[in-house]
Amino acid sequence: MYSQGLIGADGATEETEEFLAKFQARIDREEKIEPNDAMPNGYRKTLVRQIGQHAHSEIVGMLPEGNWITRAPSLRRKAALLAKVQDEGGHGLYLYSAAETLGVTREQMTEELLSGKAKYSSIFNYPTPTWADIGTIGWLVDGAAIMNQIPLCRCSYGPYARAMIRVCKEESFHQRQGYEILISLCNGTEEQKQMAQDSINRWWWPALMMFGPHDAESSHSEQSMKWKIKRFSNDELRQKFIDATVPQAEYLGLTVPDPDLKWNPDKNDGKGGYDHGEIDWDEFWRVVKGHGKMNRDRIKDRKKAWDDGAWVREAALAHAEKRAARQTQHAAE
Amino acid sequence: MSAPLFNALLELADDHLILGHRVSEWCGHAPLLEEDLAMPNMALDMIGAARSLYTYAGEIEGEGRDEDQLAYLRYDREYKNCLLVERPNEDFAHTMLKQLYFAAFMHPYWEAALQSNDETVRGIAGKSVKEVAYHIRHAGEWVVRLGDGTEESAKRMQDAVTELHPYVEELFHMSADAQAAADKGALPDREAMRTQWTNSISNVFDQAKLTMPEVEYPQLGGRTGHHGEEMGHLLSELQYMQRAYPNMSW
Repeated sequence: MYSQGLIGADGATEETEEFLAKFQARIDREEKIEPNDAMPNGYRKTLVRQIGQHAHSEIVGMLPEGNWITRAPSLRRKAALLAKVQDEGGHGLYLYSAAETLGVTREQMTEELLSGKAKYSSIFNYPTPTWADIGTIGWLVDGAAIMNQIPLCRCSYGPYARAMIRVCKEESFHQRQGYEILISLCNGTEEQKQMAQDSINRWWWPALMMFGPHDAESSHSEQSMKWKIKRFSNDELRQKFIDATVPQAEYLGLTVPDPDLKWNPDKNDGKGGYDHGEIDWDEFWRVVKGHGKMNRDRIKDRKKAWDDGAWVREAALAHAEKRAARQTQHAAE
Repeated sequence: MSAPLFNALLELADDHLILGHRVSEWCGHAPLLEEDLAMPNMALDMIGAARSLYTYAGEIEGEGRDEDQLAYLRYDREYKNCLLVERPNEDFAHTMLKQLYFAAFMHPYWEAALQSNDETVRGIAGKSVKEVAYHIRHAGEWVVRLGDGTEESAKRMQDAVTELHPYVEELFHMSADAQAAADKGALPDREAMRTQWTNSISNVFDQAKLTMPEVEYPQLGGRTGHHGEEMGHLLSELQYMQRAYPNMSW
């Protein structure tokens, strides 16, 4: 997710004060920055990193859900899941295209993902052992993604902002679809309810981690806020997510696995909100640094698909060249 | 009439479900991102057709079985799909060739089904004929690219042809039920698709520089539930939830 996309981002710039001030004035006027516009190198680098990581998250995110396509419990669910995973691939494609407008190729970004240089959202390093996880991912993971991504529709970089408008519409549909899977489970048998509860137990905290470290530890957030790449802080978005989601869990009859969770009427300037327990940041950093349950498997899977597909991509290229050569020859004759 | 039409619809539905399932196995693992979007599209078309066909078969049967009961809760020997569609994906060359072989059969089949005297069959045909035209184009273009690509891709493509061609003949075979449904004018005669299938495939093979092999011993048996060993594994995945958690709504 985008907050995690900023971990370690180096927004350092070498441009003159005058150039930077002019650029900042454009940002402050809420002008969209377009691919051919002059921009600080740090702005470009931050976006390449963030959009690239966002794209990788969509692509790696196809794996945990794809895990259930062949085992979906009904034809309706199978079709919906296929369409959903396909949407995630589509998001990856728009986002790679948006990043390409900043002068980096999809191949370069893919190589960085496969070599471990580029990161993706830590959430996808958790496994999906049960069908309920497909519901929970839609509800919590896509729900958290929406919280992060709605403000990105107003991101100062035009191609990213425009891509996010469509992405958000689809994510919102996914979130409702995931919730509907859980409604079916929670209206079902005791085994189905237990499956749903077990799933929220495993996904709740990792979903909260998707918003990234506490504001105080999010070292590059300030510059990104100034450039209007980012509009809200990690903790603000996390709080919004918790406040929106807890009532949804209650409606399902599921227990949020946080004993410290309680309503606080004074929170959010007197509008009320939930106090919550502390996130296990050791786990967060462990997973971000590659030591989650599925980190190795995810990269291995992506690498296998890429390596196994090399001959196909080479053949497509060779065929296109042959075809072009034949056309040139025809034209000459 | 209802039993033969029920069984003939199941043959068609099973073909679409099983091939759709096979294509769906690729999702997230395709050679390029564009194919990770294209293959689920084809899988969705086929699973969509299967759903309509199962639902109609269930209505014809009149015993209250819905699409999921028919798709998930039969034993291995009760599936009537042709053997071609259950073949493992192997590599991208096999997958695209299998899709092309099936689509090149289904396109004239659905076109003929537009003349069916059964309104529901005409409806399903009307939707499917458009989808399958796109499958022929998509899979056919890949067969050409791979057949006339690199040395390796040409070899893989020709290997796929050698491996899958013995399963083609079954596409045209008429079971007694399919024959009865055809005699009543409800479904087309499969044998009548042979010329158009051969023309479509020859056209692609010419461009792909592939040779059409002679098949001495065609592989048959899917329509009577005599499947290969891979089918059981496919079904154990497909049916897992319905078998492990019986009688629940999802």
